[in-house]
Amino acid sequence: MSFSDLTFFLIVALTIGSALYVVTSQRLVYSAMALFFTLLGLAGLYVFLMADFIAGTQVIIYVGGILVLLVFGIMLTHRISDIRLSHTSMQRGVGGVVVLLIFVGLYRMITSAPWYLEAAPAPESTVKIIGTLLMIDYLLPFEVASVLLLAALIGAAMLSRKSES
Amino acid sequence: MITYAPYFLLLPLAAFVIQIFFGKRLPRKGDWVSISAVGITLCLAIAMFVMMLFLYKPGMKEELTWEWFNLGQLSVKIGVLIDNVTVIMLLVVSLVSGLVHLYSVGYMKDDPRYSRYFGYLSLFTFSMNGIVLSNNLLSIYMFWELVGLSSYLLIGFWFEKDSAADASKKAFLVNRVGDIGMFIGIMLFFTATGSFLFSDIFDGVAAGALPLPVLTIAGLCLFAGAIGKSAQVPLHVWLPDAMEGPTPVSALIHAATMVAAGVYLTFRMFPLFTPVALTIIAYVGGITAIFAAVIAVTQNDIKRVLAYSTVSQLGYMIMAIGTGAYVAGFFHLTTHAAFKAALFLCSGSVIHAMHHAYHKLGDHDSDPQDMRNMGGMKDRMKITFMTMLIATVALSGVPFMSGFLSKDAILAGTLSYALHHPEHFLLPVFGFGAALLTAFYMFRLIFMTFYGKPAKQEVLDNIHESPATMTIPLIVLATLSIFIVYTLPYINPFSDHGWFTDLIVATNSVVPQYVNPSAHEIAEGIHHAHLPAMIISVIVAFTGIALAVIIYLKKKLSAEKLAKSLALPYKLSFNKFFVDEIYSRLLINPTIKLAKAIGFFDWEIYDKYFINGFGRVTDRLSRFIGINLDYDVLDQQIVDGVGKSTRFFGGTLKFIQTGKIQNYLVWVLGGIIIIFIIQAM
Amino acid sequence: MNDLNTYLTIGAILFSLGLYGVITRRNGVAVLMGVELILNSANVNFIAFARFGGMNLSGHIFALFVIIMAAAEAAVALAIIINLYNKFGTLNVDDARILKQ
Repeated sequence: MSFSDLTFFLIVALTIGSALYVVTSQRLVYSAMALFFTLLGLAGLYVFLMADFIAGTQVIIYVGGILVLLVFGIMLTHRISDIRLSHTSMQRGVGGVVVLLIFVGLYRMITSAPWYLEAAPAPESTVKIIGTLLMIDYLLPFEVASVLLLAALIGAAMLSRKSES
Repeated sequence: MITYAPYFLLLPLAAFVIQIFFGKRLPRKGDWVSISAVGITLCLAIAMFVMMLFLYKPGMKEELTWEWFNLGQLSVKIGVLIDNVTVIMLLVVSLVSGLVHLYSVGYMKDDPRYSRYFGYLSLFTFSMNGIVLSNNLLSIYMFWELVGLSSYLLIGFWFEKDSAADASKKAFLVNRVGDIGMFIGIMLFFTATGSFLFSDIFDGVAAGALPLPVLTIAGLCLFAGAIGKSAQVPLHVWLPDAMEGPTPVSALIHAATMVAAGVYLTFRMFPLFTPVALTIIAYVGGITAIFAAVIAVTQNDIKRVLAYSTVSQLGYMIMAIGTGAYVAGFFHLTTHAAFKAALFLCSGSVIHAMHHAYHKLGDHDSDPQDMRNMGGMKDRMKITFMTMLIATVALSGVPFMSGFLSKDAILAGTLSYALHHPEHFLLPVFGFGAALLTAFYMFRLIFMTFYGKPAKQEVLDNIHESPATMTIPLIVLATLSIFIVYTLPYINPFSDHGWFTDLIVATNSVVPQYVNPSAHEIAEGIHHAHLPAMIISVIVAFTGIALAVIIYLKKKLSAEKLAKSLALPYKLSFNKFFVDEIYSRLLINPTIKLAKAIGFFDWEIYDKYFINGFGRVTDRLSRFIGINLDYDVLDQQIVDGVGKSTRFFGGTLKFIQTGKIQNYLVWVLGGIIIIFIIQAM
Repeated sequence: MNDLNTYLTIGAILFSLGLYGVITRRNGVAVLMGVELILNSANVNFIAFARFGGMNLSGHIFALFVIIMAAAEAAVALAIIINLYNKFGTLNVDDARILKQ
């Protein structure tokens, strides 16, 4: 087992383990912290997949943005005195069985499907190519995405406003 | 030049829309809208005409084609074509239309539907320009029906009068007979060549898309449209009745432009006609020419004389096309448009004056259109008299007039045709006979109207010249009847050359294995026949005039005695050869009888026994179904059963509605798992 | 080891865990975390296909758009959660059961 394989296993273990913790922990803040490790592990997996730009984006947007937003959401909706911030779960048994069945179905599909395989050539840096693609082939989705973000911004501001009534 | 084309369509159309919707609220009831629209198109037409004269290029042709719609394999193209013929037609239409608009301001004054009248005139101008500008049969057909519609609306403009309403219906229905033929013809060409465009059809026919017999039939079907529109025998019956419309309308539609559309179509389609079709066309035209001329001799209504004269002259043009001298036919169309419009407008002026005189005298019974009531107006209506005289002389084919040039060209064409085909000697006989009668009845009209004495002397004292808006068009049109307008740059009044014949060149027929002479040979033949035709036609014209002078001016021969001695021909002519009566005996009455018989059958047998019996059976059946089946079984058992089972299931299943979204999600996932399992099996 | 199936399996595991979170969690913020996990599992698949499945950089672009969408979704979802909190005084999604009569 080479060093990179070892690293790979560690990262996979970190990702899945902390993801498991995210969904099972009784403490909300712990869950958020576990999610942080999951996302970080995923960024590591992206590096293994030679997606350097996506890995960077993952760290910046997810870890830096979304997770902070989540923690904000937790803090804004609980009193500071409510230190434990516990939360409970429901229908664990049924949910577990159903999800397990779904996973079995997915796994069977993954192993049995005749995937089309074609290894991508490894470029030195994907940033430049992604930039070119965004500005040429995917210009319309790119612009639409900006509109979506604007709409989300306005919508979020509108929703979280306290109604006057 | 093609950039001008849209204005010829859009301006009159816009004027029509404005007049119909807002006409009554506009100042002066909006007549200026239509007049300015037509005025602008007239200016454009003059500009195009001048351009054409300066270009002086016989083959000038600008064409613009676009795809109108595309249904998979069926691609329909329409477009605009401008060549010398189009330019001349546009000028004729715009000029006559413009003058008639101007004239109508005076003539239609105080009419309660003044603005609508101008709207209809604009609609007509729009449609007529559309016919002229089209480069394909499809849009020609559409505009063809539109001129038919505007003609219908204008003939029946005074629809309070039963005669006007009937005349408009008659015109519409008779035209329909021809138009069905035309539609069949268009479709025959379309199915054979796959296109409505002239150029494509010509190419297709030249390549032999239709076998000769079919081509003959298709050509004659197209010509049927022209028979209807140009009032050729046997569909000529609508045109004299159409004189029920306002006189300016008669001048515009039923003398100068719309009825010429049939000639125009035949002219455009000339290369498609086979020798057999052309011979039939020539005979239709020739028979119409002499037939209508004979009727015109005995009519007493001033407008009816002119109407039959129009039919006769249209027959001339058709005959010219049939004999191959179709440039001459088109030439006659142009000259005829000017002087016949002048004649109609003059007669309108006379009728207008008579009408006002009767109105002043409180006489509501006398007919202001009857020539027997007129007389001696020469001095009271100087301008009208002079212009009408000029136009009459032109129509009679006297030298130095436009009518002489064109009629002479037609007669030369028929003569040359008869020289090549001696078995068709009747055609020139028809032609010269009609020329003689034309000169006779036109001068009869002049003498009865302007010379002698009226039926009542006090009428004459109340006759006044019409206002300037009515006389100016007369003067313009009369001026256009002088030979020099058409012979420039040559000034020889007997020449058969001028800008017109230089610019309008004959095209060769595209019929495969065409056995008739080429365009060049026809032109040669006409040139040779020119001198004898001219001499005969001058003699014939002066004979006709002399007869009219003897009978109606000098009264050397009594018209009544003449009528008695020629009782049978007189009766035939006076009653228009009983064509209307024959139609009503042979076509209309049997149709009505058949309809009545079918109606009787329909009511007495079909309705009373079959339909009512059906009703009784249905009644019984519905009772049975309603009580036994519907209520007892369906209602009680099935419908109520559905309700009951719904209640049962609803009561049971309501417990799964918990309000927790995540519960629902589990159900959804369960469904997905089931799908997984089914997929895996 | 470093092949398509491994990554797809990792994606499937993450997806299942996210789904489990969405189903079982009472707290709205925790449900949102499950949703984030599901989105990330999709991203893993995209990138894996980009690397092994011939999707090349288009996969990266898709992943990028998913991240953009996730950001927008997180903002809106948190706004909804705050609204929920203001209205019901709780974060538990199963307490907001006005779907039931």
